[in-house]
Order: sequence, then structure tokens, then C-alpha cells
Amino acid sequence: MPEKTYRDALKDGLREEMIRDERVFIMGEDVGLNWGGAFKVTKGLADEFGEARVRDTPISENTIAGTAVGAAITGMIPVAEIMFGDLITLAMDQVCNQAAKMRYMFGGQTSVPLVLRTVFGGGKNIASHHSQSLESWFMHTPGLKIAVPAFAYDVKGLIKTAIRDPNPVLFLEHKLVYDKKEDVPDEDYTVPFGQAKVRREGEDVTVWGTFFMLHKALEVADELAKDGISVEVIDPRTLAPLDKKTLIESVKKTGRLVLVTEETKTGATTAEIAATVQEEAFDWLDAPIKRVNAPDTPVPFSPPLEGYFIPDNKRIAQAIREIV
Amino acid sequence: MTVDKKTLKELYTRTLKVRRFEEKVWDLFGENVVPGTLHLYLGQEAVAAGVTTALKKTDWIQSTHRGHGHVVAKGADMNAALAELLGKETGSCKGKGGSMHITQFNVGVLGATGVVASGLPIAVGAALSCQMRGTDDVVACFFGDGASNNGTFGESLNMSAIWKLPLIWIVENNLYAMGTPIKMMCPSATIAQRADGYCIPNVVVDGNNALAVYEATVEAVKRARAGEGPTLIECQTYRMKGHSRFDAAKYRPEKETKYWLSEERDAVRIIREMAIEQGALTETQAEKIDAKISKDVEKAADFAKKSDFPKPEETLDDVFAEVA
Repeated sequence: MPEKTYRDALKDGLREEMIRDERVFIMGEDVGLNWGGAFKVTKGLADEFGEARVRDTPISENTIAGTAVGAAITGMIPVAEIMFGDLITLAMDQVCNQAAKMRYMFGGQTSVPLVLRTVFGGGKNIASHHSQSLESWFMHTPGLKIAVPAFAYDVKGLIKTAIRDPNPVLFLEHKLVYDKKEDVPDEDYTVPFGQAKVRREGEDVTVWGTFFMLHKALEVADELAKDGISVEVIDPRTLAPLDKKTLIESVKKTGRLVLVTEETKTGATTAEIAATVQEEAFDWLDAPIKRVNAPDTPVPFSPPLEGYFIPDNKRIAQAIREIV
Repeated sequence: MTVDKKTLKELYTRTLKVRRFEEKVWDLFGENVVPGTLHLYLGQEAVAAGVTTALKKTDWIQSTHRGHGHVVAKGADMNAALAELLGKETGSCKGKGGSMHITQFNVGVLGATGVVASGLPIAVGAALSCQMRGTDDVVACFFGDGASNNGTFGESLNMSAIWKLPLIWIVENNLYAMGTPIKMMCPSATIAQRADGYCIPNVVVDGNNALAVYEATVEAVKRARAGEGPTLIECQTYRMKGHSRFDAAKYRPEKETKYWLSEERDAVRIIREMAIEQGALTETQAEKIDAKISKDVEKAADFAKKSDFPKPEETLDDVFAEVA
């Protein structure tokens, strides 16, 4: 099985879906011929499929998202890209009021099979407007599905599931995982929504996290193993639908839970997960649930400041040690 | 343009149908059987009638928060439309949408929206879909004078022009955005001239004259189907009632209301006299059509009133489409 980067695995998934179904098309700022996407995910696709199906757009985020909605309800399957997750603020009406609510408020008369790709996360010293992690806003919006792939194998399988889903899917990526490599099959496969993956099995404590924090948590788990601490690491893979079962079973086994994401703490997905676990597995908890998040500030620019902001291995390890 | 008698009769019929429908809604509101609020289309009937008569069944329209007239003129089932306004399970949106989301996809309505100016991007997407799928369908997008001050106006007009989309932008300039006069909020003499900046051909017509609206739309549809791109039509018109159900519109100067709400300017009278003068209808035929429409509207009201409310637990249905 060939080893591929997350970026190439994602591109393969997009490409294969475009070959499979002619209704699928890509649109967004600089996704086409001259650039191939700010993170080069769509590079080369415009050469292969033409500029109509890999369509550059003006800098008009709300209308990019709205165009995807209009195309989706009339027989196309758009995969629209918002260049940075921070810029999705400009498209909130179309994402949260239109795409998410249309099927419901029209009584099931239509469905909105679109994928909106964007990228979250810090670590590149590009400051407050290009580094945020805003996934909890969308978890709070009924009607959206949310994929959070953190590994190359998953990103290909999840993009295919997203494209084949008849509902609006917010497909969230992370800047620091595009170059991460994994074995990725060349053939067609999907990764189902709503099924978490246990990335590492352990007995003493469960760590649930997303995106780049999963990569850090796995490193931490290796380190702690040397001290005899056995860490189970869970990757939800989608936030909506959310696989509660895998998480709850793990907590029942370990009795301890540490939640790790790059979001600012107040109102983060980690708050929702903590609430869910205390509702459904309170009696199995042997220690308070720990949360490792960024502080409640905008994302700073300067390396020592950003380094302080983003949770690191040390903080994750410390949180685990505090409850084990 | 010479218009055949059949078309004149159709224009009269549609204008009148919208009038009678909205009068009935006003009555039902008086009976206190319409929950929530309403934005009546009374006064603007000629716009919806003129535009939709120039379209074919598979063409799409995008509606607004003042949408009853658009939907009825496009050929909606009146039973399901009125039942929706009353919040009944037989409503076209199963009671999930109500007045601001009154929609019937099966007759080519993309949706009515509660967010002013949010329909424009959706219309862009639907028109792009028509173009990419190689159909000759077009999209007519209704919006008000107030919407032309929103960012989506610029984004969407621009996108429709660069991609030469089969789109007709219909501005219903009723002189007020809720209670704010458009002349306070728009520096140009017309809304139409704003389209010049996007190189979109534009025209101002009497929005109370269904024939004038129809003729302008026919030209625009011709350009759209020929791949020549969008047109903007500003229809100057006036609300007979206030913005919403409890607004008596006292802010409108008497001189202005006297002119616009005169017999002379009445949309139904204008098209009725035109049709009779040009021999498309006799007085008797006009009355017969009126009697038939009034009877149908009455029946629809009965149907709506007798229909059941949805079961409370139906709140949970139709958030997502089933995955195949």
C-alpha cells in the first residue's frame, strides 16, 4: 500500500469522486489553474477536469457558500472551499441559516448535498485571522454534519462519504496535518460518519481529541508508556454525527478522561464532550474530567506567544498525570 | 412587443389569483388563525404575475420573506400554501416553515427566506447548476430595494455576470425597507443603475403593470436562455399594507399613499382593463375568472382550517435526509 500525505490522499478522494459522478464540482478562491488551493489540495485538478468543474471564484465567501447551496438543491454536488476557516465568518448565513436549515424548514421537500471544505488551526505564525479553531460553533448548529479528519487514510475515506451524503457537510482540515503521511490504498473506500477510531488502546486513561492534538496525544502516550501509564487515544473523526458509544465504552474501561483540542476553552467541543460523559458515564468516572484547551484569547502571532497558546505535549502529559 | 390574447388573460388571472389569495390571508389573520407574523404581497401582485408568466414550469424562482405571491403565481397548490400559513401538517412545509419559508419545490420555487438578501447567492447557485447541467432553464430571483444594500447583492450580481449565468434579477422596489425609505439609504435615483457597475443590462418598469413586467422578463429570459447572461429588472411598486401584520405604515406620506393606492395604480384594475380593451377578455369572462379563483381560495381556506396540526414530536423530523 503506498504511503501518501494527507494532502495527496484528500486530492485522490476528490479526484476519484469527480470521475465517479459528473455532478461533483469544486469551487472556491484560487482552487483552480493558477494556484490549486492555498494549501495545494486541488493542484492539478483544473488541468484534468477543466475550469468549469474546478472553478475559481471571486473573494465572496457568503456567495461561494450560497452558490453551493443553490447548486446542491438543483441537482449538483458542489465541493466548495473557504480558504481559511476564519473566513467562514463571512459565510455564516449561508452555512448556518440556509444550508443547515433548508431541509427542515421546507418540511423535507429538498436536501442539500454539499461539502464545504475549510482549514482550522494554528502553528504557522499567521495570527488571529488565519489560525482559529471554530468547530464548536457548527456543532451547535443542527442540520450540519462535521468531519474532522486528522490522518491521511481517514481524509480520503471521509471526503468520499461527505460527497455521497445527501446533507450539508462541513469538512474541516488542519494546516499542520497536510504533510503527515500514512498508508493510503489507491482503491475506492469510504470511512463512515459517526464512527470514532481508537488510535491507541490503553487501560488507565482515555484521551479524546481532534486534529493535530491527536498527533501530539499519541506522542505523549508513547512517552507515558515508559512510566507505566497506559493511555487510550480516541479520534472521533466526525463531530456530527458524534460517536458517543466508543467514547463512553472507553471511559467505562479506564475511568478517566482527558479532552484535548486546540480551541479556546470556553464553549469548546471539549465542554460538550465532558457534559455528555457526565450524563452517560458519571458512575464510572474515578477522577474529574480534565480539559486541555487554548486560553480564551485571540490566536497571537509571535512564536513564543503562539507556543504558549497552543496546547503542547507537556500540558497534555501534565493533565494526564494529574488524574492517573 | 405584441402580446397575444392568451397571455393577457393569463396575466390577469395570475395577478388576480395572488390578490384574492392575499385578501384571504388577511381575513384569516383577522380570524386569528394565522400564528406568528405575515408580510403580505398585496399591491405587488403584478410583479409576481408578470415574471412567472414569462417562465416555463421547469424554470426556477427564488423568493423572499414576502413570498406568498411568488409561490402562488408560480403555480403552487393553494391548499398546501394556506395550510402552511396556518401551521398545519398538510402545509407544503409540514408546518415547519410558515409565511417566511412558504415554498413548493415541485413547481420550481427554490425557497422563501427570512434573511433579507440571502436568496441572491442561492439563485446564483441554481443558475450555475442550470448552466452546468446543460439545461435551458433559467432562474428569476426576487428581492426588495432593501436587499440591494446587502453585501450579497454585489457578490451575487458580480458572479452572475462573470459566469454569464441564466439569471434574471427582479428588484421589487416598494420604496421602503420595513419603515426606512429607500431614498434615504440609496444614493442613486434607481436601484437598476447599480447593475451598471457589474455590466448587467438593466431596466426600470412599472411594477404595478403586469404586462410591462412580463415584457421586460421575456426579453431577459431570451438573453438568459441564449447564454448571454443576467439582466436586472427594477419593478417599481408599493405595499397596500404595512411591512408586517401589525404595521399600519403610518410613516408613509399621505400624498404618496394617495397616488400609489389609487384605483388608477391598482395592479388588478390595470391588467383587467388592458385585457378587456385588447379583446382578450369580456367583462363577463373577467367576472367568471374572479368567481372561480375566489371559490378555489375559499376551498383552500376550508382545507387549511380543517387540517390537523402536526404532532408535537414531528418537531424532530426532517433535520437530515436519510443516507442511501
